Amino acid sequence: MLLSLGANPLSGYATMFTAAFGSLEGFSETTVKSIPLLLVGVGICIAFRANVINIGGEGQMVMGALLATAVALAFPAFPSFMLIPMVLMAGAVGGAFWGAIAGALKAYFNVSEILSTIMLNIVAVQFMNFLLRGPMIDPAEIERGTGIPQTMRLSENADLPILLEGMRMHLGVLVALLVAVGAYFLLWRTAIGFRIRSVGYNPDASRYAGISVPKNVTSALAFSGAMAGIAGAILVFGSESHRMVTDGGSTGFTGSAGFNGIVVALLAGLHPLWSVPSALLFGGMLVGANALQRAAQVPSALIIALNGLIVVFVVSSEYFKQRYAQAGRVEEPDDNDNGVIVTEGGNNE
Amino acid sequence: MDFDIFLQILIAAVAAGTPFVYAALGELITEKSGVLNLGVEGMMLVGAISGFIAMAKTGSLLVAVFVGMSAGALLSGIFAVLTLTLMANQVASGLALTIFGVGLSAFLGLEYTSIALPGVPEINLPLLAKIPVIGKLFFSFDILIYCSGLLFMAVSWFLYKSKAGLVLRGIGEAPKSAHALGYNVIKIRYMAVLFGGAMAGLGGVYLSVAYTPMWVEGMVAGRGWVSLALVVFATWRPARVMFGAYFFGAITIAQFHIQGFGFDIPAQLLSMMPYIATIIVLVLISRNQNTIRLNSPASLGITYHPDNQ
Repeated sequence: MLLSLGANPLSGYATMFTAAFGSLEGFSETTVKSIPLLLVGVGICIAFRANVINIGGEGQMVMGALLATAVALAFPAFPSFMLIPMVLMAGAVGGAFWGAIAGALKAYFNVSEILSTIMLNIVAVQFMNFLLRGPMIDPAEIERGTGIPQTMRLSENADLPILLEGMRMHLGVLVALLVAVGAYFLLWRTAIGFRIRSVGYNPDASRYAGISVPKNVTSALAFSGAMAGIAGAILVFGSESHRMVTDGGSTGFTGSAGFNGIVVALLAGLHPLWSVPSALLFGGMLVGANALQRAAQVPSALIIALNGLIVVFVVSSEYFKQRYAQAGRVEEPDDNDNGVIVTEGGNNE
Repeated sequence: MDFDIFLQILIAAVAAGTPFVYAALGELITEKSGVLNLGVEGMMLVGAISGFIAMAKTGSLLVAVFVGMSAGALLSGIFAVLTLTLMANQVASGLALTIFGVGLSAFLGLEYTSIALPGVPEINLPLLAKIPVIGKLFFSFDILIYCSGLLFMAVSWFLYKSKAGLVLRGIGEAPKSAHALGYNVIKIRYMAVLFGGAMAGLGGVYLSVAYTPMWVEGMVAGRGWVSLALVVFATWRPARVMFGAYFFGAITIAQFHIQGFGFDIPAQLLSMMPYIATIIVLVLISRNQNTIRLNSPASLGITYHPDNQ
């Protein structure tokens, strides 16, 4: 694929790797890019454990960010130590609310969560466009007549503190790690987590044991949405402009983290702690892809798309191995795997 | 309301519903074979841009349709290899296909964002188009809309009147039994998935070549997902797919007219309407668990491989 675009694949990957992990600046950038991926990924882990497929990360991020922004606009004078926890909580509440809608629709009306979360994504984006063009727009944009759909510079008290002088790594990194560890405890050390996993593993047995399936499906999606919502809030308050801006779609704001987080979680085997390295890998890929775009004029969108496919091959080769393990045969699944990647690369021309 | 405006809205609704018709009928066939392909959005996007490029380069609608369908089928071919041969999870693979299609179409369309195409002329069928009202309503569309009508008839006939359709439905309900009867489950599922991909691609071509003859990144704008919802909404029946497609076409169109009728609602809130309507319809359909359980193909989304049983 890279070859056909006139770039050397090996040096390309080398460029990506050095850009993402080769320097402190690069690594700081990588961690910042990993935050939303990790948070959404951890949320996906919780939802998938309850056997709920949450594709609504994009919308939940947007709703979380909107509520957090509204809080920051309403209480700009609050001191940092109060305002930052408040906006993060608001993000969690906004995301949880949006996730819980899909959860309740699934639990009580049997609506496929795949479809409802996708629809809610689009609704959330339109809602964001409406708010950022209307009630929440920067008054200066109206005065100047430019009308760029963005809020004003949000209160400095809500800025996430920078952890390393002169770099972009900010408090959000710690928050994300904390949430990942918290999610691990939630799933494996609390009764709530036990119920969520039990409902996902065997709904009938759970019902028989007196665990409410609808309640736990709803709460799993609410937890999942809450984490995406925190990710959305961090995107706003950890951004360089410290505003919430829309370009009309969702990816301009989220960078597709709501979707890529799913891949992060799958690669991590739906485990919150394994999601940390998995998210770092994908965050590094994003940083590296941008570097490669500058170095070799390879569009970063394509690299990300391709890498997404490669991960599916990883996931599918797992199934492949299992299949042969079950059948009790000895085979080399690896060369088949590579073969497919090669033919797939040829398809795109 | 003026009757002419009403008629115009109806005609516009049919055009707006046509991409849904193609994509949802294709997905219907795929799902009837027991495979759930969530990559419709990605396949439509790739179909849209490849068809657009072909149209811009050759100016031939036939070539554009062929290229768009092939692109959609190719993409669904990747999905088929993953899920049918490598037995990957259908949901994860379908999602990845959409992510991949979004990225690929954005990349392919980089140089084509500012080009407009002439569009596809309407064909007024001789004599029939002259009939007042009905003539306008049924007989003055572009050729791709007529083709979507033909596709509907073909799919209905295939599913319920042909032996091959019976086999396909049987495989979707009970792949084990079909295998025991000597049918090649994997091969037939491959064909169903490829057909679904080709139709999604064609739906995309209709969007980029006829409906709005230009390329905008992400122009499918959730229509692939709505098509997936339509199949559920239609409880896996072709006639209801058609009704649903035009119903959603009408809602899409209605948002442009509501402001014209003097309701002062912000445009962004109006453009939520089709999606909120989708959710409401899904609630109404899915509320009764039996509706879904009795109508969906029994093996939908479940990986099957003859060696494993």
